[in-house]
Amino acid sequence: MSFDELLQIPPYSLGREDKERLLTVRLLELTERHRAGCSRYARILDSTGFDPAKVKDLSGFPFLPVRLFKELSLKSVPQENIVKTMTSSGTTGQAVSKIYLDRITSFNQQKAMIKIVSDFTGSSRMPMIIIDCPSVVKDRNMFSARGAGILGFSMFGSKRIYALNDDMELDTEALRGFLDEHANRPILLFGFTFMIWQHFYKELIRLGDQGITFDLSNGIIIHGGGWKKLVSESVSQEEFRTHLRDVCGLDKIHDYYGMVEQTGCIYMQCEYGHMHASVFSDVIMRRPLDFAPCRVGEKGIIQVLSSIPESYPGHSILTEDEGVLLGEDDCPCGRKGKYFEIVGRLKNAEIRGCSDTYAAKFN
Amino acid sequence: MIPMRQNLTEAPAGISYFVGDNDVLRNLGAVPAKEPFSDDVLDFLNEVSKMLMADSRSKLYSDVITFAFWIRRGSTSKLRERFERSDGNFRLGRGAVFHIAPSNVPVNYAYSLAAGLLTGNANVVRIPSKDFPQVEIINEAIEKALMTDSGKAMRDRVCLIRYGREREINDYLSNLADVRIIWGGDETIAEIRKSPLRPRAGEITFADRFSVAIINSNAYLSIRNKSKTAEDFYNDTYFTDQNACTSPRIVIWTGNKIDEAKSLFWAELHKLVSEKYRFQPIQAVNKLTSACLLAAAYSGVKIEPSTDNLIIRCKIGEVYDGLMDFKDNSGFFFEYDCADIMSLRDLFNDTRCQTVAYIGEPETLIPLLKTGVKGIDRIVPVGKAMDFDLIWDGYELCERLTRTLILS
Repeated sequence: MSFDELLQIPPYSLGREDKERLLTVRLLELTERHRAGCSRYARILDSTGFDPAKVKDLSGFPFLPVRLFKELSLKSVPQENIVKTMTSSGTTGQAVSKIYLDRITSFNQQKAMIKIVSDFTGSSRMPMIIIDCPSVVKDRNMFSARGAGILGFSMFGSKRIYALNDDMELDTEALRGFLDEHANRPILLFGFTFMIWQHFYKELIRLGDQGITFDLSNGIIIHGGGWKKLVSESVSQEEFRTHLRDVCGLDKIHDYYGMVEQTGCIYMQCEYGHMHASVFSDVIMRRPLDFAPCRVGEKGIIQVLSSIPESYPGHSILTEDEGVLLGEDDCPCGRKGKYFEIVGRLKNAEIRGCSDTYAAKFN
Repeated sequence: MIPMRQNLTEAPAGISYFVGDNDVLRNLGAVPAKEPFSDDVLDFLNEVSKMLMADSRSKLYSDVITFAFWIRRGSTSKLRERFERSDGNFRLGRGAVFHIAPSNVPVNYAYSLAAGLLTGNANVVRIPSKDFPQVEIINEAIEKALMTDSGKAMRDRVCLIRYGREREINDYLSNLADVRIIWGGDETIAEIRKSPLRPRAGEITFADRFSVAIINSNAYLSIRNKSKTAEDFYNDTYFTDQNACTSPRIVIWTGNKIDEAKSLFWAELHKLVSEKYRFQPIQAVNKLTSACLLAAAYSGVKIEPSTDNLIIRCKIGEVYDGLMDFKDNSGFFFEYDCADIMSLRDLFNDTRCQTVAYIGEPETLIPLLKTGVKGIDRIVPVGKAMDFDLIWDGYELCERLTRTLILS
C-alpha cells in the first residue's frame, strides 16, 4: 500500500475501524521495510522477538523511544538517497535528533501537511505573517525544528513577511504596511507559542499603551512548540487565547502538536480546543507502569504512529510527553479520528546514587 | 600549649552550617590530631548511636538504623581490634579532613565523618544538597551528642556544611585539608581537583564504579527463605535506585538450574518491587531507551518479556566489550548465563568494576582473580553490597587517614 492511497482520503473522514485497518496495513509494510533497510532497527526488533503475524491492530506495533534518534543515526535507505537531514531544536549542549529524509518521505511530509492544515484554513493560500525572525531559516543545510516549522507552514502563504527582525523586535512599520495592503482579507499567522507571547503579544500590549493598535480580526493563527516556557510564566492556554484576542482581535487560534521525528503528521487543535489525529497518523496513550493503552480520559505517555517515514524507522515512536485521549470519532467539531489533549513533558527522574555530587549541576 | 595553625582568612561567604559554625571551621586546621580509635571518640559515636536509636523517626529509615549500629561501641571496638597494629610504631590522624559527600545518598556523609573521627581527625563535611529526612535525623543526633559531657571535646572536630558549587569555597576548604575525600563521580573529582591541595595533603577519590551479582542457580534454589533473598537484593539495588557504585548492574548466573532459578528469583523480586519501590513514569522510558540502545549495538541481545516496567532485563549472549557503557538504573539488568567463569575476565579486568555480590561459593572466583584482574575490590554476599567498611573501594581508610610515626 502506498502513501498516495491515504492521500486520496480526506484527512478527518475515516471512522475507527476503517482507519485502523488501513493504517495497520501501511505500518506493517513500513515495519518490514525498515527491518530490511536498517540493521540497528532490525536488531531491536529481534531483541523483543517481534512477530508481525501477531500484530492485530495499531497497538501491537513496537515503538522506539524518541531519544533513540538523538543517540543513534537511524536510516533505512542508502546515504546517497538522503536529500535532507532535519534536527530537533535542543538547548546548547544537548543532543539533537537527526532525522534523515529521502525524496519521497520529504514530499509526503509536505503533502500530508497540506491536507491537514487546509482542513482548518481552507485550500487557497493567504497572505502570511511569520512571527519570527528571518535568520532562523537561513541555514538550509541543517534544518532546526523552528526553521523547519516555518518553512513547512510557508507553503500556505501567498505573500509572506517576518514580523520580527533579527534582534527579535517587532517590525511595526512592515506589519502596518502588510496589513494595509491586505486589508479585509483573511490572513494567516504562524509562530512558536513562546515567541508569539514574548515578542508579539507583549509588544502589542506595550504599543497599545501608547495608543498604537493592530486589527487582526481577519486572521487565523497557528502556533506550536509546546507550553513549557509559558507554564513557567504561569500563562494558561486559556489566558493565551483570551489575551491574544483582546489585544488584536485574533479569534481563530489553533495550537498544534508535532515533532521533528514525525514531520508532516501534525495534530491540529480544533475550534473546541482538541488536538486531532488525521488519517495519516495516530496516537496511543500508554500507561507508564506497563505501557498498556490507556482508557479514554486517562493520562498516559504519548505514542505517535505515522504512515509517512520511509527513509528512517520513525513510524512508531514513544514520546516523552504525556497526554489524555478525550474520545474518538465524536468530537463536536465533526472531525473523525482520535482527539486528545497534551499534558506536558514527563518529569525528570529523581535518582539516588553516589556519582553525582556535582556533575548534575554542571551538565 | 600546642602551636596553632590558624587559617588566616575568614571562610568565604555562601556556606551554611548545620553542625558547628564559622569558628569551628576556621580553627579546624589547628585541632590536635588524635590516635586512631581513641576512647573518647568511640564514646562520642556511641552517644550518637544511642540518640539515633532513641529517635522514633529512625525506625522509618533502615539506613539510619544501620548507621547507628555501625557506630555503636560494640562495633567500633571490633574495628579497633581489626585495624590496630602492634608493630611498635605510633599512629596519629592526619589532621583536618575535608569530605565531599554524594548529594543523592542520604547517609554516606555520616559514614565518611565517622571514619574521619575514628582515625583521629577533625572534619568538615559537605553534606547532601537534598533535604533528606535521614540527614536531619542524623544531624540532630550529632548536635545533641555534642552537648553531652563526652561530646563537648568533639565540638571542634565536627563541622557539617552545605554550599553551592562555589570554586572559592572549594579552594578554601581544600587549602585547609590534610586529606580530601571526594565521594563519587569522575566529573565531580575533575571539578574539585581544580582546587589545589597543600603539598603534603593527601586525597581519596571514589570514582565512577559499577558492580555485579553472581548467583549460583543451585545455591539459590536451595535457599528456603527466598523472600529474604529478594529483600537483600532489593537493598543492594532498588534501595538506591540501582545507582550506587555498589549496585549490581548485571546478574551472572552459574550452575545447572539457571532457568528454574531465574524465574523464581525475578518473581520474588517483582513482588517486592511492586510493593516497595516508588516508580517514576520517566524511568519506564529511560529503561526502554537503554534496552533499545543495547539491542541496536550488539546482535544477540534478548529483552526478556515482562508484565510491566519495574524490572527490565536484557539477556546478553556474551560479555560484550563496552557493555557497561549501556548500564542504566532504577531496575535495569543485564543478564548472562555463565558456563565458564573465565569468560568474565574482561569484565573483572575493568578497573571500574567494584563489588561482586554473590549467592553461592565465592571461592570459585579465586582462579579468576588470580589471573591478575584490575577490577574488583570486594566480594560480599547479596544483601551486603552497601555495607560500609573502613576498607572501601580498595583503599584502607585507616591507613589513608593516619600518619605512622616510627619509634625505634
